[in-house]
Amino acid sequence: MSAPRADFPLLAAQPSLVYLDSAATAQKPRVVIDAIRDYYETANANPHRGAYKLSGAATDAYHGARREIARFLGAADADTLIFTRGTTEAMNLLATAWGHQHVHRGDRVVVTRMEHHANFVPWQQLARDVGAEFRICELTDDGRIDMDQLRLLVTANTKVVAFGHVSNALGTINDVREIVKIAHAIGAVAFCDGAQGAPHLRVEFDALGVDAYAFSGHKMLGPMGIGGVIARRALLESTHPYQFGGDMIEFVFDGDSTWNTLPHKFEAGTPNVEGAVGLAAAVRYLDGIDMDNVRAHEVELTRYALAQLATIDGMQLFGPAAAEARSGVVSFNLSDIHPHDLSTMLDVDGVCVRAGHHCAQPLMRAIHQTATVRASFYVYNTAADVDALVASLRRAHARFHAHAG
Amino acid sequence: MPTPADSAGLAALYQERILEHYRRPRHKGALERATGVHSVKNPLCGDAVTVSVLVVNGVVADARFTGTGCSIMQASASMLMELVRERTPHEIADCALRFDAMLANGTADETLGALSALAGVAGFPARHKCAKLAWRALAGALEQSAGA
Repeated sequence: MSAPRADFPLLAAQPSLVYLDSAATAQKPRVVIDAIRDYYETANANPHRGAYKLSGAATDAYHGARREIARFLGAADADTLIFTRGTTEAMNLLATAWGHQHVHRGDRVVVTRMEHHANFVPWQQLARDVGAEFRICELTDDGRIDMDQLRLLVTANTKVVAFGHVSNALGTINDVREIVKIAHAIGAVAFCDGAQGAPHLRVEFDALGVDAYAFSGHKMLGPMGIGGVIARRALLESTHPYQFGGDMIEFVFDGDSTWNTLPHKFEAGTPNVEGAVGLAAAVRYLDGIDMDNVRAHEVELTRYALAQLATIDGMQLFGPAAAEARSGVVSFNLSDIHPHDLSTMLDVDGVCVRAGHHCAQPLMRAIHQTATVRASFYVYNTAADVDALVASLRRAHARFHAHAG
Repeated sequence: MPTPADSAGLAALYQERILEHYRRPRHKGALERATGVHSVKNPLCGDAVTVSVLVVNGVVADARFTGTGCSIMQASASMLMELVRERTPHEIADCALRFDAMLANGTADETLGALSALAGVAGFPARHKCAKLAWRALAGALEQSAGA
C-alpha cells in the first residue's frame, strides 16, 4: 500500500516527477504544511515565557508534539526526547557533552565503516581531542557490519559504540539489539543514529536497549530543522549541558548557574515549535498508514527495483542482495558512467536520484568507489517510479555509449 | 541563453567532442619537472584533480593533469591542458574569465578552442563546478610557479 500522491502538494503539482531521493529528504504531506500554518495562525508565541494564555498555547503545542513523537518512537518517558536540528546536531550533542565527560585518554571509541559523516566525524574528533583510540569496524562483502570483528573491537576500555540503524548509502539494516548486547557486555554505551531507521522501520526505543537514538524529522515527512535524540533518563541527567542560554537554566548566580530539568536542560534558546508541530503531524500521518505497512511497501518496491536493475548491462549493485535485509535504498553504478553524468541524464527525464559519496567517504573507500548513484523509496513511490528509473538508465546507457568505439 | 536542461540540452552537454576527450584524455599524467602543482577536490562528489605546470620564461611550456571525475571534469581538464601551452599566466587568467562568461551565457566562445564545446554545460548549473575544477587546480599551480 502506498500513500496517495495527492496527499503531497509538490508531487501532485508535478505529476511527471519521479522523486527517488527520500533518503536525502522526504516530500511533505499537506497535513504537515497545514499544521505549521495552523500553529502560526492560532498559537504562535514564545513558549515557557509569558504568563498570558497565548504563550501557554504555544507551550502546549510544543510539548504535545514531543509526547506524540516520543510515543511514535516507543519512548514512554517523553521528557527524555530532546529536540535538536536533526541527527547531526544530536550526535554532536552526544559526542561533545557526554563524550568529553566520559571518554578519556586510553579509552576506546568504536564506530562502523558504514557511518554517515554525522556519526563518524564527531567521534573521530572527540577521540583526537582527548587522546582516545578511534576504531572502525569493517563490513562484510555484502555490506553488513562484521559482527565477529565488532566483538573483538569492543574491548574493556571501550566507552561507546556509535552505529547507524540503517546505512544511508547501502540501505543495510543493522542488528541493533545484538550491537547493544556487545556494547553493554563490557559496560560501554550504545548510541544509534536512526536518521534512516525512524522513517522506515517501527522503532520501539524502550525495547531496543540503546542508550540514545537520534533521528531527523525531515526524512520522515516532517519539516527541515527539527529532529532529536531520545536517551536514557539517567544518562541525560548525569550529562553536562550541551549549549547554554535561555530556558535551560534554573538559577543564574554571578559565579555559577544551575540547570533546568529534562528536557529543558538540553534545549537552550527559543525552541523550534513549528518544526515540532509539523513533525508531530508527520508521525500522525505515518501512524495512519501504519509503520508495518510502510515497511512492507518498501520491501516490495526494493525487491522489484533490485530485480529490474539487475537486468541492465553493466549494472553494479552495492549492499545486501535480499530486499528484507535493507531499507528502501538502492545504491549502484552503471558501467563506466560517472554517477554525476548519470544523475544529470536521469534528471532530464524527471528522475531525481542522488549521486555522490552520500556523506560516507570512509565507506566509499572500502567499496572502492569515489561515488555511487542512489535511488531511495518512500511511502509515495510506486512500481511505476522504478520502471521510469530503469527506462531512463537504459536511455542514459545508450546515449553514453552511442559513439564508443 | 543557456541551452535548457532538456533532451536537446543533454545532446549538447554530451556531444561527441566531449565524450571523446573523456575516453581519450590528452596530457594526462604528472610532470617530472614542474614549477607548480596544485590539487582541488569537489567535496560534493569526491572528485579530485591535480594539475602540474612547467613555466619557462613566463610561458607555459607544458601542463598535465591527473585525477578522477565525471566526463565534464575530465574533458574540461583535457581540453584545458591543450589550450594553455605557449600562453602566459596573464593570458590564461583572461581565458578563465571568458570560460566563466561562457558558462553563464551559454554562447560558445571559439577563442577557447576545443573548450567552446563545453558551452552546453551552461544549462546545467549543478555541473558548472565539474567544468571549472581543473581551472581552479591550474590557477593554483600557476600561482605556485609565480612564487617559485
